[in-house]
Amino acid sequence: MGFQESLEKNQFTITAEIAPPKGTDVSKMMGHADKLKGRVHGINVTDNQSSVMRLGSLAACHLLKDAGFDPIYQITCRDRNRLALQSELLSATVLGIRNVLVLTGDHPKMGDHPQAKPVFDLDSTQLLRVIGQLNQGRDISTRSMNKTLPTLSNGAALEGSTDLFPGAVANPEVDPLEPHLLRFSKKVSAGARFFQTQAVYDLVKFERFMKYADDLGARILAGILLLRSPAMARYLNRNVPGITVPDILIKEMESSANPLETGIKIASRLIRQVQGMCAGVHIMAIGLEEKIPDILDEAGL
Amino acid sequence: MIITRQKPFSEIRDLLQEKRKVFLIGCSLCATACQSGGEEQVLEMKDRLTGEGKEVLGYAVLEAVCNVLNSKKELRQKKAELAQTQAILVMSCGAGVQTIAELQNVPVLAALDTLFLGNVKRFGQFEERCSLCGECILNKTGGICPVTTCSKGLLNGPCGGMSNGKCEVDPDKDCAWVKIYERLKAIGKIEAIEEIFAPRDYSKDAKPQGLALKKDLVLKK
Repeated sequence: MGFQESLEKNQFTITAEIAPPKGTDVSKMMGHADKLKGRVHGINVTDNQSSVMRLGSLAACHLLKDAGFDPIYQITCRDRNRLALQSELLSATVLGIRNVLVLTGDHPKMGDHPQAKPVFDLDSTQLLRVIGQLNQGRDISTRSMNKTLPTLSNGAALEGSTDLFPGAVANPEVDPLEPHLLRFSKKVSAGARFFQTQAVYDLVKFERFMKYADDLGARILAGILLLRSPAMARYLNRNVPGITVPDILIKEMESSANPLETGIKIASRLIRQVQGMCAGVHIMAIGLEEKIPDILDEAGL
Repeated sequence: MIITRQKPFSEIRDLLQEKRKVFLIGCSLCATACQSGGEEQVLEMKDRLTGEGKEVLGYAVLEAVCNVLNSKKELRQKKAELAQTQAILVMSCGAGVQTIAELQNVPVLAALDTLFLGNVKRFGQFEERCSLCGECILNKTGGICPVTTCSKGLLNGPCGGMSNGKCEVDPDKDCAWVKIYERLKAIGKIEAIEEIFAPRDYSKDAKPQGLALKKDLVLKK
């Protein structure tokens, strides 16, 4: 069953993330995908993740689609203006890709080309609106330059519309939460039909977030990030905005003879804990995709 | 004001190369406040270049180098020196450099890098708050500009890079959207950012821009 169908049938939906290679050899990426066959409903493909140049997300999604997977095409606003973004979404449609995860994207300064021009012509909320419009068979073009603010209400008719299933990201643990929730609700009203969250570790915060999300009727897939070592957990805390691995989990890994094994246990435990609370989980194994089946086994999924 | 900073002296030395006779131009406004091209810095530059074996024929700190007509007038008094010089080193913003390049037929060189339109926080401390986008939205954002003070220029923030109210690009910098949120909440206007801001109209920011005030418009004032 595909990703959208699973969500719409209110099944507990599982997605996992894989990253395209820095280069043209896709064998490792396809190998990772193979390990996920029959275990997940959709596979996210990152778009120049962390502003590091890699093989394109769209091409990788196309390969996954051909190999029988249901890809979730991640598209950021960092590298393309509104012409390129719309064009990419048309391209995705003709390649049979339906699920799109819209992100604003990390700043180029965070990556391996810090001197690159940051684009951010649109932000993720605006891009969600654009997708809504493309799905209705119109682009966002405008010939009139006299308006005080450009709107998305006009646009030219397309020869064939898109049929995209748009989603977005959210972070239940961000501090301060209030301005983030405001943006989250804007994304809901801009047409996000599912959300994949940043790594969840604090269930109290997650519950608080879910209360808000449920009120808006948003479908949430909780982010599950596989910890492989105490050092990695500390690295995340120091360097990745919005991720906080609690000390108690770091200690649990430190006292373990096999930290990765413990990381898998923590991930599967978190999955079981959020299972009754949200629509599904989104697993990020960051290079250890072959361990995802172990996490799912351990979680009984 | 326009914030400028002197290029490294080694770069200026390389720029001048075989040019022995040099004329210096500074600016009495922004570059003076930035201590990059006021009279003091012009005289300093004169000394350093003299020390490098250059002959500094003269200098002028113009009232506002960006004012083409005024600068032309002021430079008339330096006609003799300018006729002999092999290069003019301009210690003003990029607009000023281009004024001089338009007026003089010798190589005109920029001694400064032009950084941004800045607020003066206190003496010698400048901060960018406006990026001259041509489409001011400050009325909706509590007087805080996200186009400039959000590192991504987002209109619907904060982004996922915000952490503890700070920016992913520079953890010393406040997240513009958290500040906007707090400000609007404090003045009871949070609904101003509940709407989704439409994409910006970059045609209003198309380079190069020009503006000619109509006569009647000027007279009305």
